[in-house]
Amino acid sequence: MLAAATLLALVACGHAVEQSALHPAGPQARKVSDLWWFALIVSTVVYVVTIGALLWAAWRARRREHAGAPLPPDSERRMTRAVAAGVGATVALLLVFFVYDLSVGRTLSPPPGGDPLTINVIGHQWWWEVQYPDTTPHGRFTTANEIHVPVGRPVVLLLTSTDVIHSIWVPNLAGKKDLIPGYTQSVWFQADTAGVYRGQCAEFCGHQHAKMALVVVAEPPAEFQRWLAQSRQPALPPTDSVTRRGQEVFLTGPCVMCHAIDGTPAGSNVGPNLTHLASRRTLGAGTLPNTRGHLAGWIVDPQRVKPGVWMPPNQLAPRDLEALLTYLQSLK
Amino acid sequence: MTALPEPRMRCHLPTTLCAVLLALALTACDREARRFRESPPSATPEGLVQLSPLEPGVPTTPVSARNVYLENAYAVSEGERRFNSYNCVGCHAHGGGGMGPPLMDDQWIYGSAPENIYETIVEGRPNGMPSFGGRIPSYQIWQLVAYVRSLSALTPSGTRSARTDHMMMFPGSRTLQEPEQPKQSGRPPASEMPPS
Repeated sequence: MLAAATLLALVACGHAVEQSALHPAGPQARKVSDLWWFALIVSTVVYVVTIGALLWAAWRARRREHAGAPLPPDSERRMTRAVAAGVGATVALLLVFFVYDLSVGRTLSPPPGGDPLTINVIGHQWWWEVQYPDTTPHGRFTTANEIHVPVGRPVVLLLTSTDVIHSIWVPNLAGKKDLIPGYTQSVWFQADTAGVYRGQCAEFCGHQHAKMALVVVAEPPAEFQRWLAQSRQPALPPTDSVTRRGQEVFLTGPCVMCHAIDGTPAGSNVGPNLTHLASRRTLGAGTLPNTRGHLAGWIVDPQRVKPGVWMPPNQLAPRDLEALLTYLQSLK
Repeated sequence: MTALPEPRMRCHLPTTLCAVLLALALTACDREARRFRESPPSATPEGLVQLSPLEPGVPTTPVSARNVYLENAYAVSEGERRFNSYNCVGCHAHGGGGMGPPLMDDQWIYGSAPENIYETIVEGRPNGMPSFGGRIPSYQIWQLVAYVRSLSALTPSGTRSARTDHMMMFPGSRTLQEPEQPKQSGRPPASEMPPS
């Protein structure tokens, strides 16, 4: 009953959010999920059989006691046989688990065939830098906290970190993989269904480990190519006086010390690249939805939203803040 | 049969007392404060900064702006991080100097007092030091000041990190040296001169 109830509760959980290992959207996650279901079902059967046998034995002993019947002469031998059978079954089951687990690991690790898309993911406290490499300089670009991938094409993520160990985990697509400073690891996945899949850091990495999330946006290839072309463009120069003032605030204030906007002199890579900030879904690595109000709150006092984050509070004159917000929201 | 010796149950009073007192003293331990939300503070020390000890009229005692970060290990390490982030290392290396002057020696062209270093960062200096005023929040500048002073052991040794992956003056220089008084640039006193 308990197992069934847990199962039901888990299934219900899985449907509610888009971050779930129980709803695989690609071959990697499907294998992990199959393994999980196999383990759950076998364990549930073992649990039910074990508890059933225990209850049956207790009931039988009690009945014999009531009837006043003596123990049968070969009871000792029968007990030995039952225990041996139980141990044998356990060992056999564990062996099955072991072989199945190894075989899943074996199928997950080799690099994918075909023409995989390679993306560099760099872990920072507490956000994700995402670089799309290209053979030509103008084809490269950097974004943050959002990975766009085409549906049906394998994607290889090359992972490293600049500060401490992080771990990337997008449960709908693949298992976890650590991002280790000074060392490049890789993980690959393939999204078979279009959708937005949330992932998060799965290795404790400091104060805001819990608020270090990212989204993987799986889109049909045509849509992905459109996004790619758009992301390769530098930011458009401001057109009206408000956005011009906003850019001026950005370039002469504290923002420029850490953030880059391609197409402007701002080129620091300490914080996330903001060239296409307005096209992203979240702020502060999945902490807030990307709306004007949240952006304002984030700029003025990020420490209230995400205490310990490296971004300092910024005191701007109201008119400057408005201009800056308008400028940042124009960065599609 | 020989009787076993009676176990000694008597407590040694002074030892017990010491242990209890030490345990009590532990309760006074406190984790050093990590200030995340700064009420951006630290009024800029304009008017307090004196680059030269010479002044007209009656000499006044300089008033030093209190910098809470100088005695805070977290702030010093934050200053170190920002020293890298803001590319101070580009010219000063990790204190060893390069295009810019070294910061781990005892030569201070524009003064070693916290206010002097603050002013140097905010206003910039001739021949290359850019002005960071308005670009770096003042509390971060104070953290940088704390770190820069720790490079030449001008901050209390307790605030300096014992472990770092970067270049150091000499092994253990951050923990072994005692805090010193800010030195006047120029010739060392005769007692410290090497015998010729």
